[in-house]
Amino acid sequence: MDKKFIYLDHAATTFVKPEVLEAMLPFFNEKYGNPSTIYSIGRESKKAIDEARDKVALAIGSQANEIFFTGSGTEADNWAIKGVAYANRARGNHIITTAIEHHAVLHTCQYLESDGFEVTYLPVDEYGLVTPEQVRDAVKPNTILVSIMFANNEIGTVQPIEEIAKITKEKGIYFHTDAVQAIGNIPINVEKMGIDLLSMSAHKFYGPKGVGALYVRKGVKITSFIHGGAQEKGRRASTENVAGIVGLGKAIEIATNNMEAKNKKLIELRDKAIKEVMEKVPYVRLNGHPTKRLPGNVNFSFEFIEGESLLLMLDMVGIAASSGSACTSGSLDPSHVLLAIGLPHEIAHGSLRLTFGEDNTNEDIDYLMQKLPPIVERLRQMSPLYVK
Amino acid sequence: MYSEKVMDHFMNPRNVGEIEDADGVGQVGNPKCGDIMKMSLKIENNIIVDAKFKTFGCGAAVATSSMATELIKGKTIEEALAITNKAVADALDGLPPVKMHCSNLAEEAIKAALEDYMRKKNGETGDNKTTSCGRRCEDIEHLHKD
Ligand SMILES: Cc1ncc(COP(=O)(O)O)c(C=O)c1O
Ligand SMILES: [Zn+2]
Repeated sequence: MDKKFIYLDHAATTFVKPEVLEAMLPFFNEKYGNPSTIYSIGRESKKAIDEARDKVALAIGSQANEIFFTGSGTEADNWAIKGVAYANRARGNHIITTAIEHHAVLHTCQYLESDGFEVTYLPVDEYGLVTPEQVRDAVKPNTILVSIMFANNEIGTVQPIEEIAKITKEKGIYFHTDAVQAIGNIPINVEKMGIDLLSMSAHKFYGPKGVGALYVRKGVKITSFIHGGAQEKGRRASTENVAGIVGLGKAIEIATNNMEAKNKKLIELRDKAIKEVMEKVPYVRLNGHPTKRLPGNVNFSFEFIEGESLLLMLDMVGIAASSGSACTSGSLDPSHVLLAIGLPHEIAHGSLRLTFGEDNTNEDIDYLMQKLPPIVERLRQMSPLYVK
Repeated sequence: MYSEKVMDHFMNPRNVGEIEDADGVGQVGNPKCGDIMKMSLKIENNIIVDAKFKTFGCGAAVATSSMATELIKGKTIEEALAITNKAVADALDGLPPVKMHCSNLAEEAIKAALEDYMRKKNGETGDNKTTSCGRRCEDIEHLHKD
């Protein structure tokens, strides 16, 4: 008998689509030329990178020369924030971000604090939302950068990015958004939305791991991130990850095609899961916003139980999911995102994130609903906090 | 990341529950830390004849609770008090380094339940719950996931 395997962790990473893999493969051994060389296989690599850059630009509504490839989403975040901070230090040293950013942003900001920068971490409401007014109120004469994630990786909350960007534009401050969870999943147009810098990562939209990109609007003052050769206009030196970049280009092209139809299906799955879990499992809450959330994201807290135990039991029946409990993170605190939306520790420990993708079906939710409620009940029976 | 033994004790935990007329009950841990363990013991002639637990916690916390109850059953109070986290972890063929702190709770729960037994024997009253975190929070490095 085949062991069942249902992958419900697409926010952690996605599989590489066959078309993407196919596009990448020649660049490992056939077309292995260094893009900086002038002979034919080198020129082919260069052309492939240019085409990928065009695809990214088309997908987000930018110019191709505003796209810089990086080694990951984390790197794009590091570069955007440190790069703008150091290039604009003469103008000011204050950065505004939120309490629910990914660690790629939070730890970068904390690092900058240790180097003389001042950072405001905006609190969020119970749904994980910040308001444009909060941003406006936090701006000071020495503010140089606002960095707010497009969509949260744990609870899926989508921020009012366009409204926030209006304020930064009005105030003459740079606006960066970590769109790692959003790109390829919801429509984004940097021009229309007024975004100055945007981070993305290929492995969140059916591309390969270890490659990302940073959009930098023309004219933004930013330091180079990796010093070396002339690659990426000398701002991010080192011989390009050609296959990875080709994969990112192909993946973003596919992701932006038919996005509406794909999202309709994901939203159906998401809402089915929310409805059925809320109906069938007592003592549960939905984390994040009911509608302003990523199409494929649900996040629950089950009272009286701990997330890692839940994940282990789900794994035993072939369901791959994720949690914000301390025990899954290796730290003692549950997820900073769940604490920021006001959950008490014990409720935050009992969280379960399910993130759906294109390979999921209604039957997967049916299987989940067959397995999840008895597992929750079983763990509750074992819990000293659960008194009937 | 867990040994087969840990997974066995996690998936098929021994001695889950509460002893109704327990001679000693101890609860340790707090929700902030993420693991809470409640242990109840039946003691006759200085020997632990039965032990049951309830645990809110991760796989390591459940498995160490289960193993701890197995280890102390049939032991004298003195022998039970001598059981360490490490002994529990070893009996489970080891725990991943980041999970060693979860096993501290088992040792503490045994001690708390036995203290409760002694107090009851000496005619003292009150229940024995501590919210001390057996995990030595300050020692543990904060690691982060993506
Ligand atoms: C919101 C967000 N930002 C940044 C990252 C980091 O991306 P990468 O894994 O490519 O470094 C992730 C992925 O875990 C993420 O979800
Ligand atoms: Zn634990």
